[in-house]
Amino acid sequence: MPDTKEEQLFKERFRKKKRRERFEKTGYFILSFLILAFVWELARATNLINPKLFPSIKAVLNAFTVSFKSGSLQLHMYASFLRVLTGFAIGITLAVIFGFLIGWFRILRLFLDPVINFFRALPPIALIPLMIIFFGIGETSKVIVLSYAAFFPALVVIYQALVSLDPIYIRAGKTLGATSLETFRRIILPQLVPHIITACRVSLGVCWATLVAAELIAAQRGIGAMMVDAQNFFQMAPLVLGILLIGAISLLMDSMVRAIEKRATSWQEKMT
Amino acid sequence: MALSKVDGSKVRKGIVASGVGMTYSGITGNVEALRGINLKIEPGEFISLVGPSGCGKTTLLNIMAGFLFPTEGEVTIDGQKILGPGPDRGVVFQQYAVFPWLTVRENVEFGLKLRINKRSEKEIKEVVEYFIALVGLKDFEDVYPKELSGGMKQRVAIARAYAVNPELLLMDEPFGALDAQTRQFMQESLVQILEQERKTVVFVTHGVEEATFLSTRVVVMATRPGRIREIIPVQIPYPRDAGIKTTSEFIKIRVEIEKIVREEFQKQRDR
Ligand SMILES: Nc1ncnc2c1ncn2[C@@H]1O[C@H](COP(=O)(O)OP(=O)(O)O)[C@@H](O)[C@H]1O
Ligand SMILES: [Mg+2]
Repeated sequence: MPDTKEEQLFKERFRKKKRRERFEKTGYFILSFLILAFVWELARATNLINPKLFPSIKAVLNAFTVSFKSGSLQLHMYASFLRVLTGFAIGITLAVIFGFLIGWFRILRLFLDPVINFFRALPPIALIPLMIIFFGIGETSKVIVLSYAAFFPALVVIYQALVSLDPIYIRAGKTLGATSLETFRRIILPQLVPHIITACRVSLGVCWATLVAAELIAAQRGIGAMMVDAQNFFQMAPLVLGILLIGAISLLMDSMVRAIEKRATSWQEKMT
Repeated sequence: MALSKVDGSKVRKGIVASGVGMTYSGITGNVEALRGINLKIEPGEFISLVGPSGCGKTTLLNIMAGFLFPTEGEVTIDGQKILGPGPDRGVVFQQYAVFPWLTVRENVEFGLKLRINKRSEKEIKEVVEYFIALVGLKDFEDVYPKELSGGMKQRVAIARAYAVNPELLLMDEPFGALDAQTRQFMQESLVQILEQERKTVVFVTHGVEEATFLSTRVVVMATRPGRIREIIPVQIPYPRDAGIKTTSEFIKIRVEIEKIVREEFQKQRDR
């Protein structure tokens, strides 16, 4: 039963509609940021916010070029990226391992569920004072806080996904002759991939949200440190630049993971 | 667990249930789902199980599949006791159970890529193409199940089960979720598929007409505990098409079965 002419026409029209929608989306994206910039400048021009306390767009761009040319911006960004990615990698790896263990063994789940919920509700920042006493103000305590930030949300996503898998696919696999290992590799894992990617997205978001707080632990480098320096010297442009950078980077990363997610989950039925 | 790879050295004795009883034990008490089931199914037969819901049809099928173990008696296939699920017994589920993360082709070749059924790439390709064509899904090889209708999904499931060459096909209300038109079409397709690739089939259904149309024998079951009430042979030659449903011969058998099923249904309601 190949497509009929009507179906082909329908598909073509659908594709065109999709393309137009994407075009519109990009347009609105740019437009909304233009409006934001306009409001920003307007607020300064009308003294709605004190122009001395809040820099102009030009000043922020200028701060960007200056620190970029001196190379200090790259150093700060590199330090922040390294921390986030290290913390994220450690956190997500542990989350996958423990997520499988907890999802697999019911006893473990019954025991750990309340504890996990407690720690998940606890904001990672609350750990910072304790970490400073335990590990000092070096890299270790920052990476631990970020790993922690990544770990719990991912853990919950993964083991919940494992628990809610439909056992019928495992049964179907067994009737075709799948061993336990084959069942895991060919039936359980493929179903979990979308959830693991979702877990990554959530964790990455929490990591970035925690970054600046972690870098307040007397960091020399990092976007957070850059902002603290700026604050100490009352330099408003680099301070605002820091805020914008964190927002932009986390938006960029999120859309990257989202793109991967979209490809990896193309087989799933979606509510549209 | 290749207990019963079909080869010349093996005598095929079909599937035999002797004194099978099944009692589920739970916190709220025990449920006797099956009692004293004796049934001998010859190779190549098409057996339907009909009866009011709760009479143990699914339980009996799951025992044959190896998902459940009877609390009494045993089921053997070609003289070997069933110890668990395996590729010698293909199962087609009502909920299709087609793997949604795999394309049609990947679904059908799934079993062939498992260690127990390992084939050469060339063989896999041939077998997969043959069965995809047999169930009428050519041109849909690279489509994901979400794009398929219920009937098409069930065709994929049938092809997937066939690909590993089981001796027995176990089907639990496979067309139960389909609309009447598709259902009719699927029944005829199944007859055609079996015409080309003969298997022993055990088929659970609610529909007496469906059972009569497909089967060599129809097993009517009774409830509480689940027992075999009567076994009715359908001596109408194959290949059958929808046309036979209006012949007097067919109607006579169908009405006879319906009468017994209705009696059992009544008994269950009166309790
Ligand atoms: N896992 C189970 N635990 C307890 N009772 C069960 C279980 N599965 C089925 N039963 C009971 O066994 C009886 C037969 O069920 P089933 O085999 O599903 O019947 P059918 O498929 O004919 O509708 C029913 O009374 C049902 O409630
Ligand atoms: Mg049932």
